[in-house]
Amino acid sequence: MGVSSKLGNLGVVTTTLDQAINWARTGAMWPLLFGLACCAIEYMSTQASSYDMSRFGMELNRATPRQADLLIVSGRVTRKMAPVVRQLYDQMAAPKWVISMGDCASCGGIYNNYAIVQGVDEIVPVDVYIAGCPPRPEQLMHGVLTLHQKVHGETILDWATEAPRA
Amino acid sequence: MAVVETPTSAPDAYRWEGNIEELRGLVSERAFTGETMLLNMGPHHPSTHGVLRVLLELDGEQIVNAVPDVGFLHTGIEKTIESKTYEKGVTATDRMDYLSPLSNNMAFCLAVEKLVDLDVPPRAQLIRVVCLELQRIASHLVWLGTHAIDLGAMSVLLYAFREREKVLDMLEMLSGQRMMGSYFRPGGVWRDITPDFKPTLVNFLGEFPRAVEDYQRLLEKNPIWVDRTQGVGVIEPDRALAWGMSGPTLRGSGVNWDLRKSMPYSGYEQFTFNVPLGEHGDVYDRFMCRILELWESMKILHQALERLEDKGPFRSDNRKFVPPPRSELGQSMEAVIHHFKLWTSGFDAPDEEVYAAVESPRGEIGCYLHGTGGNMPRRVHFKTPSFMHISSLPLLTQGHFIADLVAIIGSVDIVLGDCDR
Amino acid sequence: MPDIAPARDAADALQAAMPEALLDCHSFRDETTLIVAPAQVVDVCRFLRDTPGLVYNFLSDISAVDYWPEQERPERFGICYHLLSMLYGRRLRVKIYVAEDESEAPTMTGVWPGANWLEREIFDLIGIRFSGHPDLRRILMPSEWDGHPHRRDYPLGYEQVQFSFNAEEIMKHKPFARE
Repeated sequence: MGVSSKLGNLGVVTTTLDQAINWARTGAMWPLLFGLACCAIEYMSTQASSYDMSRFGMELNRATPRQADLLIVSGRVTRKMAPVVRQLYDQMAAPKWVISMGDCASCGGIYNNYAIVQGVDEIVPVDVYIAGCPPRPEQLMHGVLTLHQKVHGETILDWATEAPRA
Repeated sequence: MAVVETPTSAPDAYRWEGNIEELRGLVSERAFTGETMLLNMGPHHPSTHGVLRVLLELDGEQIVNAVPDVGFLHTGIEKTIESKTYEKGVTATDRMDYLSPLSNNMAFCLAVEKLVDLDVPPRAQLIRVVCLELQRIASHLVWLGTHAIDLGAMSVLLYAFREREKVLDMLEMLSGQRMMGSYFRPGGVWRDITPDFKPTLVNFLGEFPRAVEDYQRLLEKNPIWVDRTQGVGVIEPDRALAWGMSGPTLRGSGVNWDLRKSMPYSGYEQFTFNVPLGEHGDVYDRFMCRILELWESMKILHQALERLEDKGPFRSDNRKFVPPPRSELGQSMEAVIHHFKLWTSGFDAPDEEVYAAVESPRGEIGCYLHGTGGNMPRRVHFKTPSFMHISSLPLLTQGHFIADLVAIIGSVDIVLGDCDR
Repeated sequence: MPDIAPARDAADALQAAMPEALLDCHSFRDETTLIVAPAQVVDVCRFLRDTPGLVYNFLSDISAVDYWPEQERPERFGICYHLLSMLYGRRLRVKIYVAEDESEAPTMTGVWPGANWLEREIFDLIGIRFSGHPDLRRILMPSEWDGHPHRRDYPLGYEQVQFSFNAEEIMKHKPFARE
């Protein structure tokens, strides 16, 4: 909205600007401090001393969704929890990304039953799915780096011109 | 009334649609006049250790009432197990108390073994004890890190997770998975210990005492820590018993009750260890109980290590319940039949009921198992310590400041997966 | 080690004190089960808790079991109270049967306040009401949930797995999923 209308159609400028902005976005992608179940413990391991996710600019977990860029859905989402997850996602400011961590969040995992939402993609758009029950910290890091790659392919116009995603 | 009204500008989706009358009886009458404030904490809150929601009634900073709301992680594990054979059910139990999956395995396996009267070889029991104690250490380390971080001692988490990784590496050596190994199976354990397990364990036992000393030095006499934990969240022994508390939370109040000692299972009676007891039943005593339990676990591990032989059966050879090893399949027709039978339909259990309980890092995990006579249980019900501890949260928090709430929640060491199942 | 003989004492003592309450007693794998009349279960538990020599002072668990669809049992539900005597280190199961059309049992919260949530859980998941319970609301499921999921006639809620042949149908449930 803002950038495109101000700059007009300056392709070269936006391309290099994209690179700069994407570098900044991937270098300090703050995740929401949000744990659901078992995967949250592996998420904590990833943040803690041995794996140290701050190497990728993620040392700061924000407890409030307004200051977070990345929602890591770490664990099974129950039907009771689903509205809460959706509300957290809605409260995050764009640009925002979602990683579905673990089998339960991605597809319901081994709990194909009455209580569990069969995949968090029923309620929020997901950028990266990570398999595993729970995924190892290395897998989570790989997921985050995959997301970084994806972000590098984005242009600011994606977030600037589109209507806020549903 | 004015307390819960949402501003008119809020989007319709977020308007609170509940009826305040539903809260009558849960909060005091003062809340309805607006004299006290109702504050919703969770389910997304960093200090609730998961997805616990607590509705707080506050008089200024003081907690008048706390109404816990659980179920945000209700997974239907019990119902899921009811549609699986007994051996497959073990996998689902892992994810209940996700800080100590092996304790859940243990409770379920004990119940199954009791139901079908299946023997467990002594060496398998010993391996189980080693795993359970390692798991207890891992679980207490997560508790220590998160409890400390809730009270502002940030660095403890980083130290605690450093050691926890070593424990997880050992569990991975055994089961191939860091956390959810499903290593215990009815009749023993899934496979033998690997040759490099014992040297790693020796190594770990050599360096872990120094780490625990470090944690103790960081917190035990730290004036801030002592100020924030002593005299907070006191529960008397008789009330703790009446409310069904167990584990270190109960022992912090001075009740000498540890299932490993009082009703031993899996050969715990062969080990010498102490049961650390608190005196005052406050947050600090519960903290000390758990810290001292780390030392006791090390004691048990030392003794187990001496007895742990390199060879021997690690699983019962009762072929009606335990599938044969791969090596037998090429030679024996019977082994193929058993293998096929056990992995397709499983074994049958009588139409009877049993209850087995183990001492998990959090308290008593009980498994009530009712067979049908067929290959799937009729009913599985887990009594979980976190469920009981959260139910007594109002008791522990009444009259305390809101800042103490996170200390109390941390000290009873709740795991929401354990509570909601 | 837990001993079976003192647990027989419980049945004998109960037989002597409240003969009309004790309906049956059996044991399986060293576990004693007392089947008592539902109306008197609270008194029985209080008796077991307070009588010297028994002192079942700790309520370990309350679990309910649904016997559907078996026709030969007169009552559909069973409720098991798992008691523990810390003094003597032994367990006892007190069991009552509840018919489907009543689905009501007396509450144990007067004896052990910790029974509060255990009974709420049973009410939520099995659908047995506890008369006199101070706060009988749903606990694990959302308050507007329909049905009681842990009844045997409640479906597990199986959802179709997504394959290429039914991908589009499944994707209809997932409006937010992007590629």
